[in-house]
Amino acid sequence: MIEVQNVTKRYGSITAVQDVSFRVESGQILGFLGPNGAGKTTTMRILTGCLPPTEGKAIVAGCDISEAPIEAKRRTGYLPETPPLYPDMTVREYLTFASRISGVTTSQRASRIDFAMGQTSITDVADRHCRKLSKGYRQRVGLAQAILHDPDVLILDEPTAGLDPNQIRETRRLIKDLAGTHTIILSTHILPEVEQTCEQVVVINKGRVVALDTPANLKSRLGGAETIRLEIDTHGVDPLAALNAVPGVTQVATTAVNGTTVVEVQSTQGADIRRQLAQAVVSNGWGLLELRALQASLEEIFLELTTEDRVASSERTERTEDETDG
Amino acid sequence: MGNIVAIAQKEVRSYFATPLAYAVIGGFTVLFAVFFMSSLSFFLRVSLQAGMMEGAPPININQYMIRPLFGNTGVIMLFVLPMITMRSYAEEKRSGTMELLLSSPLTSLQIILGKFFGVLSLFVVMLAATSIHIGLLFWYGEPELLPVLSGYLGLLLMGASFISVGLLISSTTKSQGVAAMITFAVLLLFWIISWVGDPASGSWWSSLLAYLSVLDHFDDFSKGVIDTSHLTYYFSFIALGLFLTAKSVDSEQWRD
Repeated sequence: MIEVQNVTKRYGSITAVQDVSFRVESGQILGFLGPNGAGKTTTMRILTGCLPPTEGKAIVAGCDISEAPIEAKRRTGYLPETPPLYPDMTVREYLTFASRISGVTTSQRASRIDFAMGQTSITDVADRHCRKLSKGYRQRVGLAQAILHDPDVLILDEPTAGLDPNQIRETRRLIKDLAGTHTIILSTHILPEVEQTCEQVVVINKGRVVALDTPANLKSRLGGAETIRLEIDTHGVDPLAALNAVPGVTQVATTAVNGTTVVEVQSTQGADIRRQLAQAVVSNGWGLLELRALQASLEEIFLELTTEDRVASSERTERTEDETDG
Repeated sequence: MGNIVAIAQKEVRSYFATPLAYAVIGGFTVLFAVFFMSSLSFFLRVSLQAGMMEGAPPININQYMIRPLFGNTGVIMLFVLPMITMRSYAEEKRSGTMELLLSSPLTSLQIILGKFFGVLSLFVVMLAATSIHIGLLFWYGEPELLPVLSGYLGLLLMGASFISVGLLISSTTKSQGVAAMITFAVLLLFWIISWVGDPASGSWWSSLLAYLSVLDHFDDFSKGVIDTSHLTYYFSFIALGLFLTAKSVDSEQWRD
């Protein structure tokens, strides 16, 4: 379980993270989403005890990170943005060192290292020097280091950055496997990753949480009006009036395509009017070729959330400029 | 304890994984050998002259050769030790491995002591290499053993003090070059600080400056005197250096 309560981090006059609160239940995966420089890494560094918060409290695996840092760190695995590898060590030497300082007992060491290497499929490079590894392998060695001491909590800063599509899929599967027994926070700016792996999403922009929900809820909540796409054969009749008559419809747009008509119907939020639409089409004796609800992708939501802010801030800048001119 | 050992071993390994350790040990022994040769030829000249004089007491090899040689070794350390300590923190910060240490269940004191003992063991290897030359003197002559041992103890303590300064300065920067330069400047300052004041004047500040000088405390060791006040000085120096390093590493987390 991870609990973040009103965490703020300031560097002098710059506020990197402001009043961030969220909670991840045991065994869940939380996606941390935001543009570069939004404060994702800062928040993660606070959670791993690399950085003390200016204000607020972070509880990781039942331990307050400020009050019981050693115990909290023992229960946390952390993969930073750049995997923290020692270039002159071989992968096995590196993992041995990491296991020694993370409190893995001598008797368990060899089996834990083999397990972590197997999970991240790096066994084939066990005796290669870290400096000679490709970006993908470095990333996975970093991940092996994070899961080495079987932590309750995993904090992964862009775990799939630099991997090829196959490795990305494997890493995602590994993360999903680890969830359930581990509580995981992962940051990313790849949106499908969040949709595929995470149970909860925190969208962060300019150090503030702008949204916190499940990916599905986020879509329906922020997707604005529901859009339904129909393809019908009306035998030349304009369906506009008939469709507008369906209760809940707010807007209808039609396009004629190869003898059929493609209609995009917008309805009030939350109302599912697919049945009524189908009924209307059928009762008019038209052919219903396709009917499907269009969902806004997380990508659109993300853009919406983060650009709204950008517009607002640019307006602010303009205003300041005007004031200066005056 | 296990954590400290793990970090110390890692440090030593990383020194020997690069040419740095070999270059530093090699350079140190070559310089030591040059000083050894010059002080040996000086000693031979002096004892030859003394031998020609009737009734003069025999020249003491401890006083005329080993003592100045140990003094010169201190000068070599002044140049060489900043090269070893410069990378200890600077490199970890630059490569991002500091994150691994900070997120592991370690106290900052464990990290610092691990690094300190790592560098110290490299330094002990360097000192051990010089014992070959000193051993030759025992083979061909009859120096007193005790002043030699106390001299080595003095060198070890002085070196440990230098290392604590080096660690402190390395912890404040990401650049190894800057770390080495500043460490050298600070060590040189502690070396020559007593030159500023005139000890004969007896003013309190010149005796304070003389007390601060790392060199003045070393002198007695090379004479064969182990004085608790000097031990106290070096141990306090090392403890203060390591304490400030701990503070510097902690405050780093506030600044970033």
